[in-house]
Amino acid sequence: MAGETLLSVSGLRGGYGGKPVLQGIDLSVEEGEIVAVIGRNGVGKTTLLKTLIGLLSPMDGTIRFAGEDVTSLPADKRAKVGIGYIPQGREVFPRLSVSENLMVGETAGAGRSEPNYQRVYDFFPILKERARQAAGTLSGGQQQQLAIGRAMIGAPRLMLLDEPSEGIQPSIVQEIANNVKRLNAETGVAVLLVEQNLDLIVSMARRGFVIDKGRIVAKLGPEEITSRDVVRRHLAL
Amino acid sequence: MDFFSTAFAIIYQFGDAFAFLVLSAAGLAVIFGMMGVINLAHGEFIMCGAYVTVAVARMGVPLPLAIVAGSIAAGLVGLVIERLVIRHLYHRPLDSIVATWGISLIATQGVLIVLGSTMQGIGTPLGSVQVGALSYSTYRIVLMAAAVLILLVLWLLFYRTRYGVIARATIAAPQMARALGVDTRRVYALTFALGAALAGLAGGLYAPTMTLVPTMGATFIVESFVTVVVGGADIFLGAAPAAAILGVIRAGLTAWQGQFFGQIGLLVAVILVIRVLPNGLSGLILGNRR
Ligand SMILES: Nc1ncnc2c1ncn2[C@@H]1O[C@H](COP(=O)(O)OP(=O)(O)OP(=O)(O)O)[C@@H](O)[C@H]1O
Ligand SMILES: [Mg+2]
Repeated sequence: MAGETLLSVSGLRGGYGGKPVLQGIDLSVEEGEIVAVIGRNGVGKTTLLKTLIGLLSPMDGTIRFAGEDVTSLPADKRAKVGIGYIPQGREVFPRLSVSENLMVGETAGAGRSEPNYQRVYDFFPILKERARQAAGTLSGGQQQQLAIGRAMIGAPRLMLLDEPSEGIQPSIVQEIANNVKRLNAETGVAVLLVEQNLDLIVSMARRGFVIDKGRIVAKLGPEEITSRDVVRRHLAL
Repeated sequence: MDFFSTAFAIIYQFGDAFAFLVLSAAGLAVIFGMMGVINLAHGEFIMCGAYVTVAVARMGVPLPLAIVAGSIAAGLVGLVIERLVIRHLYHRPLDSIVATWGISLIATQGVLIVLGSTMQGIGTPLGSVQVGALSYSTYRIVLMAAAVLILLVLWLLFYRTRYGVIARATIAAPQMARALGVDTRRVYALTFALGAALAGLAGGLYAPTMTLVPTMGATFIVESFVTVVVGGADIFLGAAPAAAILGVIRAGLTAWQGQFFGQIGLLVAVILVIRVLPNGLSGLILGNRR
């Protein structure tokens, strides 16, 4: 871990028009780090990630990525500077084949790196097996792997990962967690993980932020984020 | 008449109707299916292609190249109009209908003022073939082949090229595509230009068979809208099979009761489809798949 700040967010306010969902968020992610954002349903976790990738425009505050102010960049430009987005509910393109989904993912890395299909297939062999199958016919766990692979192929420096465990069999959840940890260790990609699954948070994250009503209400260090009791208490808040 | 020449006559009638439906609808179907924009200036892109084709052909350029020129000209006009007007109305479907209608009026009146009420055409090339007792226009047979070829090329474009894959992803989920780095505005601009170029191609292909008047787009507009409404949003699962079915209806009714009833048949078909299948054939096919 290089210890350089990759993402820094300050005073971020935003939402869907009307009363802002995010009420001034400050957080940062270092290069190569896995950081969790935890909190109950409806507190604004997804809104935060959508604002970070640029699908929602902030009302106030700044977002800096790799030393550059990206606050006013549209989503496609933010993807191209190295922010990968794996949305809640996965949002694979259902009528495109698995390999076509990955091909769309190449766009983010175009001009910055060569798409590394070997690595994606190495992490998620099922994607190679099902390469020609329509993505909409995959199981939830397979779609989650495809959504991660689709972000990986664009060679991100930071992955925004929104509730990867939602609606997925427990056995697959742990497998996906291991894959993301291995990816982080091997490629140094940083991960901002939004989760409510206790096991996943404890096994993956090295630091955490607790969000409630659009604000960061607690910061969890390495000891706290790996303690099931502490995390459980914050999830139940 | 012997069996063979009767069969040929029927197939010719069907092929002629099918080609006209496919060619006139392709551009409209791409723009509606891919972008959800109802382009009421569709007929004027066709007119643009026809006028440019004829003007270029009369300068001595071979007809196939002149048709390509007509198609490219319409595509470029499409690119400009997308940039100036359509782009600002993507999330306002009603406004885009009114705006494209306005463009249509400006185009027909503008051409009328600048070029007059008619332009000297070029004759239909290639002569005719005799089958049994009747003779058929060879050029119209070429148009049938052109319709099939264009469907094939479009399929390859959308299913076998990077642009096609990205365009299909953008249609399915524009926000997600953006979040993966896709410049969706550029995809929309290219797609609109492609639709305009296809309309121009239809105009160029039919130019030798028609009288060139500023309102000639109207000749195509009923058929193109009927095909797109019956077909629904997907050009391959919708517009193409719709053109085949409507081609049968039209050729059958025309042979039986004449041209007028062929036209009535199309309109009755569209009313029935709106009642029974609001999302058209492709809605039915895709719905059943899920
Ligand atoms: N598209 C939208 N338009 C308006 N309000 C929205 C929209 N999406 C979410 N909200 C509201 O914004 C708030 C935060 O929602 P958000 O989806 O960010 O929560 P979350 O923390 O991701 O919840 P979950 O754990 O259920 O995914 C909620 O009150 C929600 O009702
Ligand atoms: Mg959420």
